[in-house]
Amino acid sequence: MSEPSARLKPTCFQELILTLQDYWARQGCLILQPFDMEMGAGTFHTATTLRALGPKAWYAAYVQPSRRPTDGRYGDNPMRLQHYYQFQAILKPSPPDILERYLGSLEAIGIDTAVHDIRFVEDDWESPTLGAWGLGWEVWCDGSEISQFTYFQQVGGIDVDLVSGEITYGLERLAMYLFDKKSIYDLPFNRTDSEVPLTYGDVFLQNEREQSAYNFEHADTDMLFRHFADAEKECGRLIERKLPLPAYEQCIKASHCFNLLDARGVISVTERQSYILRVRDLAKACCEAWLATQKKEAA
Amino acid sequence: MAELLLELLSEEIPARMQARAADDLKRLVSDGLKASGLDFKDARAFATPRRLALVVDGLPTARADVSEERRGPRVGAPEQAVQGFLKATGLASLDQAEKRDTGKGEFWFAVLAKKGGPTAEALPGIIDTAMKALPWPKSMKWGSGTMTWVRPLQSIVALFDGKVLAGEVAPGGEMAPIRFGDTTRGHRFLSEGAIKVSGFEDYVTRLRDAFVILDPAERDGLIRDEAAKLCASDNIGLIHDVTLRTEVAGLVEWPVPLLGTIDPAFMDLPREVLIVSMRTHQRYFATHSFETGELANRFVVVANIAAPDDGRAIVDGNERVLRARLADAKFFWDQDRKTTLEARASTLGTIIFHARLGTQAQRVDRIVALSQRLSNYLPGADSSLLVQAGRLCKADLVSDMVGEFPELQGAMGRYYALHDGLPESVANAIADHYSPVGPSDQCPTAPISVVIALADKLDTLVSFWSIGEKPTGSRDPFALRRSALGVIRLIIENGLRIPLRGILANAMVFSLIHANIAEQERVKSSAEHDVYKKPAVAPVAFAQLGLDAERLGRIARGQEKLRSDEESTVAELIGFLTDRLKVQMREKGVRHDIVDAVFARSGEDDLVRLLARVNAVQRFLGDDAGKNLLAAYGRAANIVRAEERKDSSLRARISGAVDATLLEQREEKAVAMALYAAEASVRTALENEDFASAMTAVAELRTPIDFFFEKVTVNVADKPDLRLNRLKLLNQIRTTMDSVADFSRIEG
Repeated sequence: MSEPSARLKPTCFQELILTLQDYWARQGCLILQPFDMEMGAGTFHTATTLRALGPKAWYAAYVQPSRRPTDGRYGDNPMRLQHYYQFQAILKPSPPDILERYLGSLEAIGIDTAVHDIRFVEDDWESPTLGAWGLGWEVWCDGSEISQFTYFQQVGGIDVDLVSGEITYGLERLAMYLFDKKSIYDLPFNRTDSEVPLTYGDVFLQNEREQSAYNFEHADTDMLFRHFADAEKECGRLIERKLPLPAYEQCIKASHCFNLLDARGVISVTERQSYILRVRDLAKACCEAWLATQKKEAA
Repeated sequence: MAELLLELLSEEIPARMQARAADDLKRLVSDGLKASGLDFKDARAFATPRRLALVVDGLPTARADVSEERRGPRVGAPEQAVQGFLKATGLASLDQAEKRDTGKGEFWFAVLAKKGGPTAEALPGIIDTAMKALPWPKSMKWGSGTMTWVRPLQSIVALFDGKVLAGEVAPGGEMAPIRFGDTTRGHRFLSEGAIKVSGFEDYVTRLRDAFVILDPAERDGLIRDEAAKLCASDNIGLIHDVTLRTEVAGLVEWPVPLLGTIDPAFMDLPREVLIVSMRTHQRYFATHSFETGELANRFVVVANIAAPDDGRAIVDGNERVLRARLADAKFFWDQDRKTTLEARASTLGTIIFHARLGTQAQRVDRIVALSQRLSNYLPGADSSLLVQAGRLCKADLVSDMVGEFPELQGAMGRYYALHDGLPESVANAIADHYSPVGPSDQCPTAPISVVIALADKLDTLVSFWSIGEKPTGSRDPFALRRSALGVIRLIIENGLRIPLRGILANAMVFSLIHANIAEQERVKSSAEHDVYKKPAVAPVAFAQLGLDAERLGRIARGQEKLRSDEESTVAELIGFLTDRLKVQMREKGVRHDIVDAVFARSGEDDLVRLLARVNAVQRFLGDDAGKNLLAAYGRAANIVRAEERKDSSLRARISGAVDATLLEQREEKAVAMALYAAEASVRTALENEDFASAMTAVAELRTPIDFFFEKVTVNVADKPDLRLNRLKLLNQIRTTMDSVADFSRIEG
């Protein structure tokens, strides 16, 4: 399958990322870079949402900075962030040994499956805004959730041609487990024996404080409502011009505006559902338009 | 005789689906075997997180040839029928069929020779069919395939009489077929490589050697015993939780219970919070001290591996996770107590209960209003306490703790109410108003609790009913059957004399007022946003009821009555409730015919009275006098029915009173006398709801009726007046007895 890695067990946050990239590269995955827009999860990256559709094989892995405005805690909560990192691997079509490959990644980052209790606990995944769902598990290590594993069945309301196996590691939580830290902010970002050793807090604590204040108090809601409407309109216009990729970026934008508005508490419970449906309509239209280009190419 | 061994190895199967899937596999394969004429002694199915296994014992190794006959269309039938027959039987033409006279005409017959042959040839098809028919609650595709299974299927062991069956399953797409074989795999982490098996016994042993216990019952027992032993060694007791244990037994192939410690900093959290945090998020078992009965600061976690460090790292990791979980819970607990329930209740207006039924605040208003009406029938319930309990009963839904652990609704409300210094009866009512949730759950008895519990359930029933969300078949998304059973238990176990018709009508008007407001808001919001592309669909009940806020207001104030179609919705609900009562009584072993007989006297909306009637009839029929009277009733009813069939005008003519002057024989006079006395006593007894006396009065009829049938001929041919009068007498026996219950429905 692959030659053993020369890499040693990670001892800090960035080594965890490097190890996972190295491991999945050796599994045949493209190592992509983060999508350069604000999004709620790695699934929104075109490398997952759009590539999961269509008849072409696709193996990729990447880190995606993820923003969930409502999860902000001004840096006060040791386990919650409004900006965090997901590591995502997508293998399409899912190979028969995908679980073994996943377990290999755990060994690579230093989890000894002879000593630790690994479980696959039922967890059906669904993204109402993407119109996507799949079956899979959350993976537990000694009772702690360390990854999510999903076999995509539908994306953008469309049945997939080939099933993708999607693996998501919540990097901060995984790192807290690996490096035995009670607070995210205490995680070593680089090696503690580096020339300039820094913690996660050194890098991101101020960001959490300011962004939480922005998300909850200062975001201009009139502007966001406007941006939402603009993005929605632009998305529709681009779909008509058969430009699914730029259209999808507008969908991502609308989704993030909605998340910010939600954090600002200006969307009522009834409206909430209707906004989710509006984003889903955009996502569906983008997925359909993208799929049309894929099928055309294949034909 | 030979054995079939089947194992379907896959990626991890959700625990909640395993038992059902094993049963289904057994049923489907057994049905397939029977349909193919293959008898067997015994079939057993097992499940682990990664496999379904089935062993069938005592199968024949070969089947004899059999011939089967099938009757076709009548000779000379239209061409279409003939073609259908040929197609179904596989015959080329009618030349291969036989003509036979059945006595009802000449028909075509096909004599089909079914080749027997080795059982091994029939089995792969049976397995394939069973796998395709297996109804997973949710299934999926994987890779490039088109086949669906609960999770990706990895290998199949299919052995018959020790030999591999020739067969395969094709996942489709570019994927290689999964061939039937004789190898499986052991524990995911404790065993390596393929394991070759030769038969069931060998399979079980080899799996055990490879750290897999096949039988879920054995895993369950092992968890129970080992966990109890661990606890005993620490001088504490395990709090048994059968549901959790079954789930955990479905999460592990090699259960290893381990004992962990709860950080003492969290031990002052409410007991329910500790147990639920451990159970829901982590699947841990709680323990308690033998001396005090209080929770002990230890928990049992069941690992799936036997680790070389005796599980030290596993316990360590789990204790760490639990600490984080409980830190969250403690945060919620501390935060929640900073806000009073009163303050929380005032925010319920922003929480939607159901899109078509409005907010939680409106729901609470309905519960309060309904509880006021109900309190008329429960004198012990103080009105101001009722209002308080009703207003606060849903307030904990907006607490952080209940947001995290919905199952703590009620229980948390009680803690917060006590913290706010509210009366204990109010706090208890908040906790208990969801009860009883199941047949084994305790039914509230304290007056305030009973009223709020009833009001909550009646409101749920009526509200969903009015927006057309009635349960159908196995679909009951709002658990209305459970609400109905709750209503029944609350009423019967507390002996409440409630005229349901009036109460349900009240409840319905309250719901409709709110449904009306919700509908208007929905229409308004969809006009603003244009996201509901389709027009809002008005449910059936809406259309019938014609929502008019003013009219509903007048009805609520008692200034106007319900329309007849509204009344019929109420009647439907009473029917639903009495049907649930019927089911419940049958389950308790009350004879279904007695239940039917009493329930057939329709229009009853007082469940306590209904039940008393059933009990009286049941007791009455329990002894010989009752049985004999029933026989006499049957005889009388049969004669009347037989005569009615001959003459349709008879029914009207015999419904009147017996003409005393026409009575001839001593025996018929005695019956008439007895009926006269019985009718009066039965009527009085029924008015007093003294059903036992009613039955005693009815029993008095038995002796005279017995003599009557011995001596008197009813259908005297030459005296029509006499005949008619005697039929009247018999009919009167029927109507008198039927005033208690419809005895014609009782099986003798």
